[in-house]
Amino acid sequence: MQVYRGLYRMNGHNPKQTSRSSWLWLLLLIPYIGLLWVPFYNQVEPRLFGFPFFYWYQLMWVPISALLTWLVYRGLDHGD
Amino acid sequence: MATEMDYVPLAVCVFFFALVTIMGFVAARWRVPETLASIDEWGLGGRQFGTWITWFLVGGDFYTAYTVIAVPALVYAVGAYGFFALPYTIIVYPFVFAVMPILWKVAAERGYATSADVVHGTYNYRPLELAVAVTGVIATMPYIALQLIGMAAVIKALGLTGEIPLIVAFVILALYTYSSGLRAPALIAFVKDIMIYIVVIAAVVIIPAKLGGYGAIFDAADAAFKAKGSGGITLAPAQFFPYASLALGSALAAFMYPHTLTGIFASRSGDTIRKNAILLPAYTLLLGLIALLGYMGIAAGLKVASNNDIVPALFKSQFPNWFAGFAYAAIGIGALVPAAVMSIGAANLFTRNFWKAYVNPQIDHAGEAQVAKITSLVVKVGALLVILFLPTQFALDLQLLGGLWIMQTLPALIFGLFFNWFRAPALLAGWAAGFLIGTWMAWTDGLKPLHTLAFGSTSVTLYVGLIALAINIIVAALVNLVVPAPRVAPRPAE
Repeated sequence: MQVYRGLYRMNGHNPKQTSRSSWLWLLLLIPYIGLLWVPFYNQVEPRLFGFPFFYWYQLMWVPISALLTWLVYRGLDHGD
Repeated sequence: MATEMDYVPLAVCVFFFALVTIMGFVAARWRVPETLASIDEWGLGGRQFGTWITWFLVGGDFYTAYTVIAVPALVYAVGAYGFFALPYTIIVYPFVFAVMPILWKVAAERGYATSADVVHGTYNYRPLELAVAVTGVIATMPYIALQLIGMAAVIKALGLTGEIPLIVAFVILALYTYSSGLRAPALIAFVKDIMIYIVVIAAVVIIPAKLGGYGAIFDAADAAFKAKGSGGITLAPAQFFPYASLALGSALAAFMYPHTLTGIFASRSGDTIRKNAILLPAYTLLLGLIALLGYMGIAAGLKVASNNDIVPALFKSQFPNWFAGFAYAAIGIGALVPAAVMSIGAANLFTRNFWKAYVNPQIDHAGEAQVAKITSLVVKVGALLVILFLPTQFALDLQLLGGLWIMQTLPALIFGLFFNWFRAPALLAGWAAGFLIGTWMAWTDGLKPLHTLAFGSTSVTLYVGLIALAINIIVAALVNLVVPAPRVAPRPAE
């Protein structure tokens, strides 16, 4: 049963998944909002490990952005 | 900075340079094909690079030696504003994830090796293909020259004088690129990236420990900017739009360059590219930490004649001399990988979209490879001559314009992948408008990246490349609406 389910996903025949993945694409827009709205993070406090907010906030977006992209990837059909 | 001779770092550098030189020549036998005599093999490494090779290659190619030198230099000089490289190299990846696998698929299915190949295949309109190809080549030339500036900073730090070391390094690079093609930088990228990771991880641990921690480093930088009366560790409100538009514009331009696209086309699959869009941000984390070297330079009380000397000066003052040598070697090799890929990307464009299109349409695969190999030599010699005989500022100014120019190829290259409303003549008009008006704006602003637009009493300052792209798209849309469609829709080539 496990094997079957795996194959099913790989071949991308799951219609539910396809409709869900089109919404998933919107996740890719979040980093643009988080990073291009500069006034939101242009401040020194609160600091983290000595880093002013401006710096650790932007550095934090590196893993967040990768995670969001991975979530979209996970929901895709990998045809190629 | 002091330039007395110290042989330990020099020996370390020479050792690593010799190592990668051997690797560069041996690379011709790596995953050996029947023959290297085709663009697919010489110029794209056989289109077989999997996730890890692509990760090292694109990482080594996109985060260049010049980045390691120039980003901290800008942060050292002006503070937070120089940090725009961080949001830039974060938001570039969702774009890569969404767009580049589609571009790869079109290219792989139809055998395209360059951006201009894709444009020709989509629109079957030679003038647009030529515009894209010429833009690619002229935007890449100053970028190669910049890698030489990065290398020159390291050579200077080693205490070597004269131009002979730079020329020798570049001639060797040219020779193994000629013989091994894209396999050479792909293999060398492994060494380069691992060395850079070691250097940066050591730097961000050791140097703050010596300087009293990150809190103290930021405080020292803050105090220095306040004393100087300009710059700061946060942005001035007037810098918000410049900061955000530089990040967005740079992200849109980054994967239009021939060298980054070469990394994309050389991938094995669309999935390879998607995985890399998730994994490549590891380099961005590294870049964020590299940028902070600028503040460490301030906290260490370093004063340099040229801002670009701050990273070598910091390594020299904070590291034991053998490790400083290792760090210089990492930066120097970091210049070789992108310079090689850039010259290959430019050579592929020239061969496919100029030589084959206009000089010898009957050229076979082996002939294409030969033309590309010779072009890669010419391109490198050209960049070397620019650095030797023209002021450094010339290359920097051209690089700025290069970013603006390459961005103007985005509508022609990308829009057709998603919808076919735009026709080729309209895209060509848009390209010309963006290119010319953008260049004119940058020129009249004294070759600054920012341009101020006034709407009545309010004004907004933005990255000039992004303004040019907006003009490009608007003009393309208007021309498309005004000029009637031809009765027979142009069919794709082949």
